[in-house]
Amino acid sequence: MDLSPLWISLKIAVMATVITFFAGIMAAFAVSHMKRGRAVVDSIMSIPLVLPPTVVGFLLLILMGRNSFLGRFLNSVGINVIFTVAGGVIASAIVSFPIMYRSTRGAIDQVDTNLINVARTLGMSEWEIFRKVLIPNAWPGIAAATVLSFARALGEFGATIMVAGNIPGKTRTMSVAIYSFMQSGNREKAYLWVGLIIMFSMVVLVLMNVFTDGFKRRKR
Amino acid sequence: MKLEVDIKKSFDDFILEANFVVEDDVFAILGASGSGKTMTLKCIAGVEKPDEGRIVLGDRVLFDSKKKIDVPARKRNIGFLFQDYALFPNMTVRENITCTAKEPSMTDEIIERFDLGSVKDLYPAQLSGGQSQRTAMARMLMTKPELIMFDEPFSALDNYLKFRIEREIYSVIDEFSGPVIMVSHDRNEVYKMADNIGVMDNGSLTDIQKKEEFFDHPKSVVATRLTGCKNVSRIENVSDDIYNATDWGIKIRIPDSLIEGVNITNVGFRAHYFKLVDGNDDVDVFKCSLERIIEDTFSVMVCFRQSGNQSDSPDSLLTWVVSKPKWDEIKDEIFSGKTNEEKSFYLKVDTGKLIVLDR
Repeated sequence: MDLSPLWISLKIAVMATVITFFAGIMAAFAVSHMKRGRAVVDSIMSIPLVLPPTVVGFLLLILMGRNSFLGRFLNSVGINVIFTVAGGVIASAIVSFPIMYRSTRGAIDQVDTNLINVARTLGMSEWEIFRKVLIPNAWPGIAAATVLSFARALGEFGATIMVAGNIPGKTRTMSVAIYSFMQSGNREKAYLWVGLIIMFSMVVLVLMNVFTDGFKRRKR
Repeated sequence: MKLEVDIKKSFDDFILEANFVVEDDVFAILGASGSGKTMTLKCIAGVEKPDEGRIVLGDRVLFDSKKKIDVPARKRNIGFLFQDYALFPNMTVRENITCTAKEPSMTDEIIERFDLGSVKDLYPAQLSGGQSQRTAMARMLMTKPELIMFDEPFSALDNYLKFRIEREIYSVIDEFSGPVIMVSHDRNEVYKMADNIGVMDNGSLTDIQKKEEFFDHPKSVVATRLTGCKNVSRIENVSDDIYNATDWGIKIRIPDSLIEGVNITNVGFRAHYFKLVDGNDDVDVFKCSLERIIEDTFSVMVCFRQSGNQSDSPDSLLTWVVSKPKWDEIKDEIFSGKTNEEKSFYLKVDTGKLIVLDR
Protein backbone atom coordinates (compact mmCIF):
# COMPACT_ATOMS: atom_id res chain seq x y z
CA MET A 1 0.00 0.00 0.00
CA ASP A 2 1.17 3.49 -0.80
CA LEU A 3 1.62 5.33 2.49
CA SER A 4 2.85 8.52 0.85
CA PRO A 5 -0.33 10.56 1.72
CA LEU A 6 0.42 9.98 5.42
CA TRP A 7 4.01 11.23 5.13
CA ILE A 8 3.03 14.16 2.92
CA SER A 9 0.24 15.14 5.32
CA LEU A 10 2.57 14.91 8.34
CA LYS A 11 5.30 16.85 6.56
CA ILE A 12 2.91 19.65 5.60
CA ALA A 13 1.17 19.72 8.99
CA VAL A 14 4.40 19.75 11.02
CA MET A 15 5.94 22.53 8.95
CA ALA A 16 2.72 24.54 8.95
CA THR A 17 2.39 24.14 12.73
CA VAL A 18 5.97 25.33 13.30
CA ILE A 19 5.16 28.45 11.29
CA THR A 20 1.79 29.13 12.97
CA PHE A 21 3.24 28.43 16.42
CA PHE A 22 5.75 31.27 16.23
CA ALA A 23 3.67 33.55 14.01
CA GLY A 24 0.57 33.08 16.20
CA ILE A 25 2.42 33.83 19.46
CA MET A 26 4.21 36.84 18.00
CA ALA A 27 0.97 38.18 16.58
CA ALA A 28 -0.77 37.69 19.92
CA PHE A 29 2.02 39.61 21.70
CA ALA A 30 1.99 42.41 19.12
CA VAL A 31 -1.78 42.80 19.10
CA SER A 32 -2.10 42.75 22.90
CA HIS A 33 0.40 45.63 23.03
CA MET A 34 -1.28 47.71 20.34
CA LYS A 35 -2.55 51.03 21.61
CA ARG A 36 -5.09 51.64 18.85
CA GLY A 37 -6.56 49.81 15.88
CA ARG A 38 -6.53 46.57 17.82
CA ALA A 39 -10.02 45.54 16.73
CA VAL A 40 -9.19 46.02 13.05
CA VAL A 41 -5.93 44.07 13.16
CA ASP A 42 -7.57 41.39 15.25
CA SER A 43 -10.29 40.95 12.62
CA ILE A 44 -7.80 40.77 9.78
CA MET A 45 -5.78 38.10 11.62
CA SER A 46 -8.93 36.07 12.16
CA ILE A 47 -10.34 36.25 8.62
CA PRO A 48 -9.11 32.81 7.46
CA LEU A 49 -11.20 31.33 10.27
CA VAL A 50 -14.47 32.44 8.72
CA LEU A 51 -13.57 32.31 5.03
CA PRO A 52 -14.23 29.05 3.17
CA PRO A 53 -10.83 27.36 2.66
CA THR A 54 -11.39 27.34 -1.09
CA VAL A 55 -11.53 31.14 -0.98
CA VAL A 56 -8.23 31.21 0.91
CA GLY A 57 -6.80 28.85 -1.72
CA PHE A 58 -8.12 31.00 -4.52
CA LEU A 59 -6.63 34.16 -3.03
CA LEU A 60 -3.29 32.39 -2.55
CA LEU A 61 -3.29 31.26 -6.15
CA ILE A 62 -3.90 34.83 -7.29
CA LEU A 63 -1.30 36.20 -4.87
CA MET A 64 1.44 33.71 -5.71
CA GLY A 65 0.58 32.70 -9.25
CA ARG A 66 2.85 33.50 -12.18
CA ASN A 67 1.04 36.67 -13.04
CA SER A 68 1.46 38.34 -9.68
CA PHE A 69 4.38 40.39 -8.46
CA LEU A 70 5.02 38.04 -5.55
CA GLY A 71 4.76 34.97 -7.80
CA ARG A 72 7.25 36.38 -10.30
CA PHE A 73 9.64 37.31 -7.51
CA LEU A 74 9.43 33.82 -5.97
CA ASN A 75 9.88 32.26 -9.38
CA SER A 76 12.96 34.35 -10.08
CA VAL A 77 14.66 33.07 -6.91
CA GLY A 78 13.77 29.52 -7.85
CA ILE A 79 10.82 28.91 -5.54
CA ASN A 80 7.67 27.59 -7.08
CA VAL A 81 4.75 27.50 -4.68
CA ILE A 82 1.96 26.33 -6.93
CA PHE A 83 1.52 22.52 -7.01
CA THR A 84 4.31 21.91 -4.50
CA VAL A 85 4.59 20.86 -0.87
CA ALA A 86 5.65 24.44 -0.05
CA GLY A 87 2.30 25.60 -1.36
CA GLY A 88 0.53 23.06 0.84
CA VAL A 89 2.48 24.28 3.86
CA ILE A 90 1.58 27.91 3.18
CA ALA A 91 -2.09 27.06 2.62
CA SER A 92 -2.31 24.97 5.81
CA ALA A 93 -0.41 27.55 7.83
CA ILE A 94 -2.74 30.34 6.80
CA VAL A 95 -5.88 28.33 7.49
CA SER A 96 -4.68 27.19 10.93
CA PHE A 97 -3.09 30.51 11.93
CA PRO A 98 -6.25 32.11 13.41
CA ILE A 99 -6.75 29.14 15.74
CA MET A 100 -3.23 29.54 17.12
CA TYR A 101 -3.45 33.32 17.30
CA ARG A 102 -6.87 33.53 18.94
CA SER A 103 -6.30 30.75 21.47
CA THR A 104 -2.94 32.22 22.45
CA ARG A 105 -4.49 35.63 22.95
CA GLY A 106 -7.24 34.09 25.04
CA ALA A 107 -4.68 32.26 27.16
CA ILE A 108 -2.57 35.41 27.59
CA ASP A 109 -5.60 37.52 28.49
CA GLN A 110 -6.43 35.09 31.25
CA VAL A 111 -3.12 35.59 33.02
CA ASP A 112 -3.76 37.68 36.16
CA THR A 113 -3.14 41.36 35.31
CA ASN A 114 -1.60 41.81 38.76
CA LEU A 115 1.24 39.49 37.72
CA ILE A 116 1.96 41.79 34.80
CA ASN A 117 1.68 44.88 36.98
CA VAL A 118 3.98 43.48 39.64
CA ALA A 119 6.47 42.41 36.98
CA ARG A 120 6.54 45.98 35.69
CA THR A 121 7.12 47.47 39.13
CA LEU A 122 9.92 44.94 39.66
CA GLY A 123 11.67 46.32 36.60
CA MET A 124 10.96 43.73 33.89
CA SER A 125 10.72 44.94 30.30
CA GLU A 126 7.62 44.07 28.27
CA TRP A 127 9.56 41.45 26.34
CA GLU A 128 10.85 39.87 29.57
CA ILE A 129 7.32 39.86 30.95
CA PHE A 130 6.17 38.10 27.80
CA ARG A 131 8.86 35.43 28.01
CA LYS A 132 9.06 34.89 31.76
CA VAL A 133 5.52 35.57 32.94
CA LEU A 134 2.95 35.49 30.15
CA ILE A 135 4.12 32.51 28.10
CA PRO A 136 4.86 30.20 31.06
CA ASN A 137 1.55 30.97 32.74
CA ALA A 138 -0.42 30.74 29.52
CA TRP A 139 1.49 27.63 28.49
CA PRO A 140 -1.28 25.02 28.84
CA GLY A 141 -3.55 27.15 26.66
CA ILE A 142 -0.78 27.69 24.12
CA ALA A 143 0.00 23.97 24.03
CA ALA A 144 -3.65 23.14 23.47
CA ALA A 145 -3.79 25.76 20.72
CA THR A 146 -0.76 24.17 19.06
CA VAL A 147 -2.38 20.75 19.09
CA LEU A 148 -5.58 22.18 17.60
CA SER A 149 -3.64 24.05 14.90
CA PHE A 150 -1.78 20.87 14.04
CA ALA A 151 -5.06 18.99 13.72
CA ARG A 152 -6.48 21.71 11.53
CA ALA A 153 -3.38 21.73 9.31
CA LEU A 154 -3.39 17.93 9.10
CA GLY A 155 -6.97 17.82 7.89
CA GLU A 156 -6.77 20.84 5.60
CA PHE A 157 -8.44 20.15 2.27
CA GLY A 158 -9.91 23.09 0.38
CA ALA A 159 -7.02 25.52 0.30
CA THR A 160 -4.47 22.72 -0.08
CA ILE A 161 -6.07 21.13 -3.12
CA MET A 162 -6.31 24.52 -4.81
CA VAL A 163 -2.74 25.61 -4.13
CA ALA A 164 -0.82 22.33 -3.92
CA GLY A 165 -3.03 20.28 -6.16
CA ASN A 166 -3.47 16.51 -6.08
CA ILE A 167 -0.29 14.95 -7.41
CA PRO A 168 0.06 11.36 -6.09
CA GLY A 169 3.29 10.83 -4.19
CA LYS A 170 4.05 14.54 -4.31
CA THR A 171 1.27 16.72 -2.96
CA ARG A 172 -1.56 14.26 -2.31
CA THR A 173 -2.35 14.49 1.41
CA MET A 174 -4.61 12.14 3.36
CA SER A 175 -7.74 14.25 3.04
CA VAL A 176 -7.10 14.84 -0.64
CA ALA A 177 -6.48 11.11 -1.07
CA ILE A 178 -9.87 10.27 0.47
CA TYR A 179 -11.52 12.61 -1.98
CA SER A 180 -9.67 11.07 -4.92
CA PHE A 181 -10.43 7.48 -3.89
CA MET A 182 -14.13 8.28 -3.48
CA GLN A 183 -14.13 9.96 -6.89
CA SER A 184 -12.56 6.94 -8.54
CA GLY A 185 -14.84 4.47 -6.70
CA ASN A 186 -12.01 3.00 -4.66
CA ARG A 187 -14.05 2.77 -1.46
CA GLU A 188 -11.79 0.38 0.44
CA LYS A 189 -8.85 2.75 0.36
CA ALA A 190 -11.10 5.65 1.25
CA TYR A 191 -12.28 3.72 4.36
CA LEU A 192 -8.71 3.02 5.33
CA TRP A 193 -7.67 6.65 5.23
CA VAL A 194 -10.88 7.76 6.96
CA GLY A 195 -10.12 5.30 9.78
CA LEU A 196 -6.58 6.58 10.07
CA ILE A 197 -7.71 10.19 10.27
CA ILE A 198 -10.30 9.38 12.94
CA MET A 199 -7.58 7.67 14.99
CA PHE A 200 -5.33 10.67 14.61
CA SER A 201 -8.11 13.01 15.70
CA MET A 202 -8.77 10.94 18.82
CA VAL A 203 -5.11 11.13 19.76
CA VAL A 204 -5.25 14.88 19.31
CA LEU A 205 -8.24 15.20 21.64
CA VAL A 206 -6.62 13.00 24.26
CA LEU A 207 -3.48 15.12 24.08
CA MET A 208 -5.51 18.29 24.54
CA ASN A 209 -7.23 16.90 27.60
CA VAL A 210 -3.89 15.90 29.06
CA PHE A 211 -2.70 19.50 28.70
CA THR A 212 -5.78 21.08 30.23
CA ASP A 213 -5.90 18.56 33.08
CA GLY A 214 -2.28 19.17 33.85
CA PHE A 215 -3.08 22.86 34.08
CA LYS A 216 -5.92 22.32 36.52
CA ARG A 217 -3.77 20.18 38.72
CA ARG A 218 -1.05 22.80 38.86
CA LYS A 219 -3.52 25.52 39.78
CA ARG A 220 -5.21 23.34 42.41
CA MET B 1 13.86 61.09 49.96
CA LYS B 2 10.61 62.86 49.43
CA LEU B 3 7.57 61.84 47.41
CA GLU B 4 5.21 64.48 46.12
CA VAL B 5 1.93 63.40 44.61
CA ASP B 6 -0.70 65.60 43.04
CA ILE B 7 -2.83 63.62 40.64
CA LYS B 8 -6.30 63.46 39.16
CA LYS B 9 -7.97 60.66 37.24
CA SER B 10 -11.58 60.44 36.08
CA PHE B 11 -13.68 57.32 35.95
CA ASP B 12 -17.24 56.78 34.86
CA ASP B 13 -18.68 57.26 38.28
CA PHE B 14 -16.02 58.97 40.33
CA ILE B 15 -12.99 61.19 40.23
CA LEU B 16 -9.77 60.25 41.93
CA GLU B 17 -7.95 63.20 43.46
CA ALA B 18 -4.90 62.81 45.63
CA ASN B 19 -2.50 65.45 46.81
CA PHE B 20 0.08 64.63 49.45
CA VAL B 21 3.76 64.60 50.38
CA VAL B 22 5.59 61.77 52.11
CA GLU B 23 9.00 62.30 53.61
CA ASP B 24 11.06 59.44 55.01
CA ASP B 25 8.25 58.15 57.18
CA VAL B 26 5.13 56.04 56.93
CA PHE B 27 2.06 57.51 55.34
CA ALA B 28 -1.20 55.59 55.56
CA ILE B 29 -4.23 56.01 53.37
CA LEU B 30 -7.31 54.95 55.27
CA GLY B 31 -10.55 54.40 53.42
CA ALA B 32 -13.42 52.05 52.74
CA SER B 33 -13.01 49.52 49.96
CA GLY B 34 -13.69 51.00 46.55
CA SER B 35 -12.69 54.48 47.64
CA GLY B 36 -9.71 54.66 45.27
CA LYS B 37 -6.84 53.76 47.57
CA THR B 38 -5.34 51.01 45.43
CA MET B 39 -5.78 53.11 42.27
CA THR B 40 -3.71 55.85 43.93
CA LEU B 41 -0.89 53.39 44.56
CA LYS B 42 -1.11 52.08 41.02
CA CYS B 43 -0.76 55.59 39.63
CA ILE B 44 2.34 56.17 41.76
CA ALA B 45 3.81 52.83 40.68
CA GLY B 46 3.13 53.67 37.04
CA VAL B 47 0.86 50.76 36.17
CA GLU B 48 -2.05 53.16 35.81
CA LYS B 49 -1.81 56.60 34.24
CA PRO B 50 -3.40 59.65 35.87
CA ASP B 51 -5.24 62.09 33.59
CA GLU B 52 -3.31 65.02 34.93
CA GLY B 53 -0.92 66.05 37.66
CA ARG B 54 2.59 65.45 38.85
CA ILE B 55 4.49 62.77 40.74
CA VAL B 56 8.00 63.51 41.96
CA LEU B 57 10.24 61.11 43.88
CA GLY B 58 13.38 62.73 45.26
CA ASP B 59 14.81 64.67 42.33
CA ARG B 60 13.19 62.49 39.67
CA VAL B 61 9.97 63.59 37.99
CA LEU B 62 8.05 60.35 37.44
CA PHE B 63 4.96 61.88 35.94
CA ASP B 64 4.07 65.33 34.72
CA SER B 65 1.09 65.72 32.45
CA LYS B 66 2.07 69.24 31.42
CA LYS B 67 5.59 68.30 30.40
CA LYS B 68 4.42 64.97 28.97
CA ILE B 69 6.66 62.98 31.29
CA ASP B 70 5.53 59.45 32.12
CA VAL B 71 8.37 57.26 33.33
CA PRO B 72 7.45 53.59 32.72
CA ALA B 73 6.77 51.49 35.82
CA ARG B 74 9.91 49.41 35.40
CA LYS B 75 12.13 52.50 35.61
CA ARG B 76 10.38 54.09 38.58
CA ASN B 77 12.15 51.90 41.13
CA ILE B 78 9.17 51.66 43.43
CA GLY B 79 8.43 48.55 45.47
CA PHE B 80 4.77 47.58 45.43
CA LEU B 81 3.51 44.78 47.65
CA PHE B 82 0.23 43.69 46.10
CA GLN B 83 -2.71 42.65 48.19
CA ASP B 84 -2.59 39.10 46.82
CA TYR B 85 1.25 39.20 46.68
CA ALA B 86 1.20 38.35 42.94
CA LEU B 87 3.99 35.78 43.09
CA PHE B 88 4.83 34.27 39.71
CA PRO B 89 3.17 30.83 39.85
CA ASN B 90 5.59 29.36 37.31
CA MET B 91 8.66 30.10 39.43
CA THR B 92 9.92 28.67 42.70
CA VAL B 93 10.36 30.94 45.73
CA ARG B 94 14.02 31.29 44.87
CA GLU B 95 13.35 32.08 41.22
CA ASN B 96 10.70 34.61 42.20
CA ILE B 97 13.27 36.40 44.34
CA THR B 98 16.24 36.27 41.95
CA CYS B 99 14.53 36.92 38.63
CA THR B 100 14.32 40.67 39.16
CA ALA B 101 17.06 41.10 41.76
CA LYS B 102 19.57 43.92 41.34
CA GLU B 103 22.24 41.80 43.00
CA PRO B 104 21.32 38.12 42.58
CA SER B 105 24.30 37.14 44.74
CA MET B 106 22.41 38.49 47.77
CA THR B 107 19.61 35.97 47.30
CA ASP B 108 20.80 33.45 49.87
CA GLU B 109 21.17 36.15 52.47
CA ILE B 110 17.63 37.43 51.99
CA ILE B 111 16.19 33.90 51.92
CA GLU B 112 17.87 33.38 55.26
CA ARG B 113 16.63 36.67 56.63
CA PHE B 114 13.01 35.97 55.71
CA ASP B 115 13.27 32.41 56.96
CA LEU B 116 12.43 30.92 53.57
CA GLY B 117 15.25 28.35 53.46
CA SER B 118 12.95 25.36 53.89
CA VAL B 119 10.58 26.42 51.11
CA LYS B 120 12.96 27.99 48.61
CA ASP B 121 12.37 25.29 46.01
CA LEU B 122 8.58 25.20 46.35
CA TYR B 123 6.09 26.88 44.03
CA PRO B 124 3.75 29.65 45.26
CA ALA B 125 0.73 27.31 45.21
CA GLN B 126 2.45 25.24 47.89
CA LEU B 127 3.11 28.13 50.30
CA SER B 128 1.17 29.34 53.32
CA GLY B 129 -0.07 32.94 53.45
CA GLY B 130 2.83 34.04 55.63
CA GLN B 131 5.44 32.39 53.43
CA SER B 132 3.89 33.97 50.34
CA GLN B 133 4.06 37.38 51.88
CA ARG B 134 7.65 36.96 53.02
CA THR B 135 8.60 35.84 49.52
CA ALA B 136 6.86 38.87 48.01
CA MET B 137 8.66 41.19 50.44
CA ALA B 138 12.04 39.58 49.73
CA ARG B 139 11.43 39.88 46.00
CA MET B 140 10.46 43.53 46.37
CA LEU B 141 13.47 44.43 48.55
CA MET B 142 15.89 42.73 46.14
CA THR B 143 15.02 45.34 43.51
CA LYS B 144 16.37 47.99 45.92
CA PRO B 145 13.33 50.30 45.71
CA GLU B 146 13.49 53.95 46.70
CA LEU B 147 9.90 53.93 47.91
CA ILE B 148 7.80 51.03 49.12
CA MET B 149 4.04 50.67 49.09
CA PHE B 150 1.85 48.11 50.85
CA ASP B 151 -1.66 47.47 49.59
CA GLU B 152 -3.87 46.11 52.41
CA PRO B 153 -1.03 43.94 53.69
CA PHE B 154 -3.14 42.00 56.19
CA SER B 155 -6.51 41.69 54.53
CA ALA B 156 -6.05 38.09 53.47
CA LEU B 157 -4.75 36.80 56.77
CA ASP B 158 -6.23 35.31 59.90
CA ASN B 159 -5.56 36.93 63.25
CA TYR B 160 -2.73 34.71 64.37
CA LEU B 161 -0.83 35.10 61.11
CA LYS B 162 -1.52 38.81 61.12
CA PHE B 163 0.34 39.24 64.37
CA ARG B 164 3.44 37.49 63.01
CA ILE B 165 3.38 39.27 59.69
CA GLU B 166 2.96 42.62 61.34
CA ARG B 167 6.32 42.09 62.98
CA GLU B 168 7.92 41.22 59.63
CA ILE B 169 6.56 44.40 58.13
CA TYR B 170 7.73 46.48 61.10
CA SER B 171 11.23 45.16 60.63
CA VAL B 172 11.14 45.91 56.91
CA ILE B 173 9.90 49.44 57.54
CA ASP B 174 12.46 50.02 60.29
CA GLU B 175 15.36 49.04 58.06
CA PHE B 176 14.04 50.89 55.05
CA SER B 177 15.28 54.43 54.79
CA GLY B 178 12.91 55.85 52.16
CA PRO B 179 9.26 56.82 52.27
CA VAL B 180 6.61 54.15 52.86
CA ILE B 181 2.96 54.28 51.86
CA MET B 182 0.41 51.82 53.13
CA VAL B 183 -3.23 51.49 52.28
CA SER B 184 -5.75 50.02 54.65
CA HIS B 185 -9.33 50.04 55.82
CA ASP B 186 -8.35 48.92 59.30
CA ARG B 187 -7.76 51.67 61.85
CA ASN B 188 -5.76 49.39 64.15
CA GLU B 189 -3.23 48.53 61.45
CA VAL B 190 -2.92 52.14 60.53
CA TYR B 191 -2.53 53.30 64.11
CA LYS B 192 0.25 50.81 64.74
CA MET B 193 2.28 51.51 61.61
CA ALA B 194 1.75 55.01 60.34
CA ASP B 195 3.20 58.40 61.21
CA ASN B 196 0.75 60.38 59.11
CA ILE B 197 -2.72 59.47 57.96
CA GLY B 198 -4.96 60.64 55.15
CA VAL B 199 -8.56 59.70 54.54
CA MET B 200 -9.72 58.55 51.13
CA ASP B 201 -13.40 59.06 50.58
CA ASN B 202 -15.06 58.51 47.23
CA GLY B 203 -11.88 59.24 45.33
CA SER B 204 -10.56 62.25 47.18
CA LEU B 205 -7.74 62.17 49.66
CA THR B 206 -8.28 64.69 52.43
CA ASP B 207 -7.63 65.40 56.09
CA ILE B 208 -3.96 64.51 56.19
CA GLN B 209 -2.89 64.64 59.82
CA LYS B 210 -0.37 63.30 62.27
CA LYS B 211 -1.48 59.95 63.63
CA GLU B 212 -2.23 61.10 67.19
CA GLU B 213 -4.05 64.17 65.99
CA PHE B 214 -6.04 62.10 63.54
CA PHE B 215 -7.38 59.79 66.21
CA ASP B 216 -7.98 62.51 68.81
CA HIS B 217 -9.38 65.18 66.52
CA PRO B 218 -10.59 63.76 63.23
CA LYS B 219 -11.78 66.46 60.89
CA SER B 220 -14.78 64.98 59.10
CA VAL B 221 -17.63 62.56 59.70
CA VAL B 222 -15.99 60.04 57.36
CA ALA B 223 -12.67 60.33 59.18
CA THR B 224 -14.42 60.07 62.53
CA ARG B 225 -16.11 56.84 61.56
CA LEU B 226 -12.84 55.48 60.15
CA THR B 227 -11.15 56.09 63.49
CA GLY B 228 -13.67 53.68 64.92
CA CYS B 229 -16.04 56.16 66.52
CA LYS B 230 -19.41 54.42 66.46
CA ASN B 231 -21.69 57.26 67.54
CA VAL B 232 -22.14 60.25 65.26
CA SER B 233 -25.07 62.67 65.05
CA ARG B 234 -26.09 65.76 63.16
CA ILE B 235 -26.77 68.70 65.43
CA GLU B 236 -28.80 71.89 65.41
CA ASN B 237 -28.39 74.87 67.65
CA VAL B 238 -31.38 75.47 69.90
CA SER B 239 -30.26 78.29 72.12
CA ASP B 240 -26.91 79.54 73.38
CA ASP B 241 -24.90 76.45 74.14
CA ILE B 242 -27.76 73.97 73.90
CA TYR B 243 -27.87 71.84 70.76
CA ASN B 244 -30.28 69.28 69.46
CA ALA B 245 -28.52 66.05 68.44
CA THR B 246 -31.08 65.18 65.78
CA ASP B 247 -30.04 61.60 65.11
CA TRP B 248 -29.56 60.73 68.75
CA GLY B 249 -32.80 62.42 69.83
CA ILE B 250 -31.40 64.27 72.87
CA LYS B 251 -30.20 67.74 73.73
CA ILE B 252 -26.59 68.34 74.56
CA ARG B 253 -24.75 71.28 75.99
CA ILE B 254 -21.59 72.12 74.09
CA PRO B 255 -19.25 74.54 75.83
CA ASP B 256 -18.11 77.45 73.68
CA SER B 257 -14.48 76.59 74.28
CA LEU B 258 -14.95 73.38 72.29
CA ILE B 259 -16.37 74.99 69.17
CA GLU B 260 -14.30 78.11 68.87
CA GLY B 261 -13.93 78.90 65.20
CA VAL B 262 -15.82 75.79 64.12
CA ASN B 263 -19.07 75.97 62.22
CA ILE B 264 -20.34 72.88 63.97
CA THR B 265 -22.59 70.47 62.03
CA ASN B 266 -21.93 67.06 63.58
CA VAL B 267 -20.63 65.53 66.75
CA GLY B 268 -19.08 62.18 67.50
CA PHE B 269 -18.78 60.36 70.80
CA ARG B 270 -16.69 57.26 71.39
CA ALA B 271 -18.55 54.21 72.60
CA HIS B 272 -16.42 53.60 75.68
CA TYR B 273 -16.72 57.16 77.06
CA PHE B 274 -20.34 56.89 78.25
CA LYS B 275 -20.93 57.08 81.99
CA LEU B 276 -23.75 55.27 83.74
CA VAL B 277 -25.75 57.73 85.87
CA ASP B 278 -28.80 57.54 88.11
CA GLY B 279 -31.17 60.31 87.24
CA ASN B 280 -32.56 61.75 84.10
CA ASP B 281 -31.23 65.20 83.29
CA ASP B 282 -32.62 67.37 80.56
CA VAL B 283 -29.36 67.59 78.69
CA ASP B 284 -26.39 65.31 77.95
CA VAL B 285 -28.18 62.21 79.21
CA PHE B 286 -29.74 59.34 77.31
CA LYS B 287 -32.74 57.54 78.73
CA CYS B 288 -31.70 54.36 77.02
CA SER B 289 -33.99 51.71 75.68
CA LEU B 290 -32.03 48.57 75.10
CA GLU B 291 -31.91 47.13 71.60
CA ARG B 292 -29.30 44.42 71.75
CA ILE B 293 -26.31 43.21 73.72
CA ILE B 294 -23.36 41.87 71.75
CA GLU B 295 -20.65 40.09 73.70
CA ASP B 296 -17.17 40.42 72.27
CA THR B 297 -14.10 38.56 73.57
CA PHE B 298 -13.16 41.05 76.26
CA SER B 299 -15.90 43.62 76.11
CA VAL B 300 -19.63 44.00 75.76
CA MET B 301 -21.33 46.23 73.21
CA VAL B 302 -24.63 47.59 74.39
CA CYS B 303 -26.77 48.92 71.54
CA PHE B 304 -29.44 51.36 72.60
CA ARG B 305 -31.52 54.28 71.44
CA GLN B 306 -33.02 57.26 73.19
CA SER B 307 -36.29 56.09 74.62
CA GLY B 308 -39.09 57.22 72.33
CA ASN B 309 -36.78 58.31 69.49
CA GLN B 310 -38.67 57.46 66.29
CA SER B 311 -35.89 58.47 63.87
CA ASP B 312 -35.04 55.79 61.32
CA SER B 313 -31.53 57.14 60.80
CA PRO B 314 -28.91 54.44 61.39
CA ASP B 315 -27.22 56.88 63.75
CA SER B 316 -30.20 56.85 66.09
CA LEU B 317 -28.88 53.49 67.31
CA LEU B 318 -25.94 54.10 69.61
CA THR B 319 -23.30 51.81 71.02
CA TRP B 320 -21.84 51.74 74.48
CA VAL B 321 -18.78 49.57 75.01
CA VAL B 322 -18.07 48.24 78.51
CA SER B 323 -15.36 45.85 79.61
CA LYS B 324 -16.61 42.40 80.62
CA PRO B 325 -15.79 42.62 84.35
CA LYS B 326 -17.39 46.03 84.59
CA TRP B 327 -20.46 44.73 82.75
CA ASP B 328 -20.81 41.79 85.13
CA GLU B 329 -20.71 44.27 88.00
CA ILE B 330 -23.42 46.56 86.69
CA LYS B 331 -25.79 44.42 84.70
CA ASP B 332 -27.72 43.19 87.77
CA GLU B 333 -27.94 46.71 89.07
CA ILE B 334 -29.52 47.84 85.83
CA PHE B 335 -31.85 44.96 85.30
CA SER B 336 -32.64 43.49 88.71
CA GLY B 337 -36.32 43.25 89.51
CA LYS B 338 -37.43 44.87 86.32
CA THR B 339 -39.64 43.69 83.52
CA ASN B 340 -38.44 44.00 80.00
CA GLU B 341 -40.17 47.30 79.39
CA GLU B 342 -38.59 48.78 82.47
CA LYS B 343 -35.07 47.83 81.48
CA SER B 344 -33.99 51.35 80.93
CA PHE B 345 -30.91 53.07 82.21
CA TYR B 346 -29.26 56.44 81.91
CA LEU B 347 -26.02 57.22 80.14
CA LYS B 348 -24.26 60.54 80.34
CA VAL B 349 -22.30 62.14 77.54
CA ASP B 350 -19.14 63.82 78.80
CA THR B 351 -19.27 66.84 76.50
CA GLY B 352 -15.59 67.54 77.03
CA LYS B 353 -14.91 64.37 75.07
CA LEU B 354 -17.17 65.15 72.14
CA ILE B 355 -15.60 65.15 68.70
CA VAL B 356 -16.73 68.37 67.09
CA LEU B 357 -17.06 68.37 63.31
CA ASP B 358 -17.88 70.89 60.64
CA ARG B 359 -18.39 68.44 57.75
